[in-house]
Amino acid sequence: MAEPILRTEGLTKRFGGLVAVSDVSLDLQVGEVHVVIGPNGAGKSTLTNLLSGDLPPSAGRVVLEGRDIAGLSSDQISRMGVGRSYQKTNIFLPFTVFENARLAAQSRTPHAMRVFGRAEAYAEINARASAALDAAGLGHRAGRVAATLSHGEQRQLEIAMCLATQPRVLLLDEPLAGMGPHESQRMVELIKKLTADHAIMLIEHDMDAVFAVAHRLTVMVNGEVLESGTPEQVRASPAVQAAYLGGEEMLHG
Amino acid sequence: MNSGALSRWLPWVVVGLFALFPMLESTFYTQLVTKVLIMAIFAMSLDLLVGYTGLVSFGHAAYFGLAGYALALMGPKYEAASLWWTLPASLGICVVFALVTGLLVLRTRGIYFIMVTLAFAQMLFFVFHDTKLGGGSDGIYIYAKPTMNLGETVLVNLEKLDQFYWLVLFFTAATYFLLRRILGSSFGRALVGIKVNEHRMRALGFPVFRYQLASFALGGALGGLSGYLAAVQFGFVNPEILSWHQSGMVLMMVILGGMGTLHGAVIGAFAFVLLQEVLSNQAWFGIAAKHWQLAMGILIMLVALYMPQGLAGLMNGFRRKPQAEAEEGADG
Repeated sequence: MAEPILRTEGLTKRFGGLVAVSDVSLDLQVGEVHVVIGPNGAGKSTLTNLLSGDLPPSAGRVVLEGRDIAGLSSDQISRMGVGRSYQKTNIFLPFTVFENARLAAQSRTPHAMRVFGRAEAYAEINARASAALDAAGLGHRAGRVAATLSHGEQRQLEIAMCLATQPRVLLLDEPLAGMGPHESQRMVELIKKLTADHAIMLIEHDMDAVFAVAHRLTVMVNGEVLESGTPEQVRASPAVQAAYLGGEEMLHG
Repeated sequence: MNSGALSRWLPWVVVGLFALFPMLESTFYTQLVTKVLIMAIFAMSLDLLVGYTGLVSFGHAAYFGLAGYALALMGPKYEAASLWWTLPASLGICVVFALVTGLLVLRTRGIYFIMVTLAFAQMLFFVFHDTKLGGGSDGIYIYAKPTMNLGETVLVNLEKLDQFYWLVLFFTAATYFLLRRILGSSFGRALVGIKVNEHRMRALGFPVFRYQLASFALGGALGGLSGYLAAVQFGFVNPEILSWHQSGMVLMMVILGGMGTLHGAVIGAFAFVLLQEVLSNQAWFGIAAKHWQLAMGILIMLVALYMPQGLAGLMNGFRRKPQAEAEEGADG
């Protein structure tokens, strides 16, 4: 098996007495979608925040290409090639769609701190922003103000911004939440396309989408990993079936 | 007329018109407009922080006063100092003060940021108020205005009202165009991104603190420029120029004119100083003129309530309509 690009060892996050993430070890590989599922409050978003640096872990390691990045700030981790999208849409509402993507692309270049010269004058940044918008299916909305987009489109923009930073590891926190069936289908296709040259961790509730893209599946309950393996293994697990109670139907979509 | 061309040429036209102003040969008005232009630099420097970087500083007078005191203390007592070195040195002191305090204050947010910036400015106020360093509460006179000579030739004679006016106008225009250039750059866009959504900027990989610190230092330097020019104009500095009243006043100018537009800060400085002149005019308002601050307070409140985009927002009001229609058209 190939060396994972990112792995966690015993990752734990405590908020006072509450253990939101408890001793989680998982790994992500380029070419694979690792889906994390679990009921609300299972610690999935907290796990994402630990990987992206939005929160410092209480214990455990996050190893990115052999280097422990636990405790680094989110901007450092982002620059090391870990991109994330947020569960709650987190974009620049007053800016145009293009400017949202352009800023994201700008963060990757030595021009980022240039004080003179118009921001739009850098062809490579513009090209990367446009490519990211096209990939997310938002190319036709480039000129619109982000606040005027539909909810689904704002979710697409969220992904486009993430892509514009050219990450190798993608942490996608419920990208399909609130999307219509057509938009969801698009997003699933996009995730499949991105799998070839990205390591992807996907948090998702939509089981159709989960089984359409998952190479590996981790089930979290109360901050702990209940089961982890291939989709078939997880589906067959008695523990998972018990945890989801009558949820067998859900697992079978 | 398209608004892009308008916003490109209008500032130059305005600067051109202002350049003609001393031809009126009114000592009073030339001095008044000089003062307003200096305040406009001060307000623009704060707008960079408040309107573009999202840093609501309530201690911006620190830079205004620091540069003024720097000029007063650095020069020889009864002779003129050279602007060529006193100006850069004064601004340099402001940058150092901004970097040192910025390292601390930029770790705070919201109301705490307001309080900590205020605290640093008040510390400076008491340093100059309570020690002999700058003449205590009486302040110091600057007996001779700085010189701007090239070899033996006098390039600009700051003792002459109209020449000083043009110099100030040059600095005001330079500040405006410099900031506009910077704000249109990659760096400037990142600042506005930080103002709008600091969290996301960090997630995108921007070292937010470094950007804020750079902006804070630039704002401090330009605030110092205005303080230096004000000290030259009045030939006098006292602790009042460092006080929180001064910080509050420049903040009101920015709010009155409209935050985050740059030209709004200039309009705000004009509106504030002119309103102050009008409201404190005893011939018009009699006994109420003494309490002009009350009327000013009410006006500022009305602007904050009913014109959140300030006076500059009035200009956008005329432009917004066609844009909104175009958007709807594109949609349908």
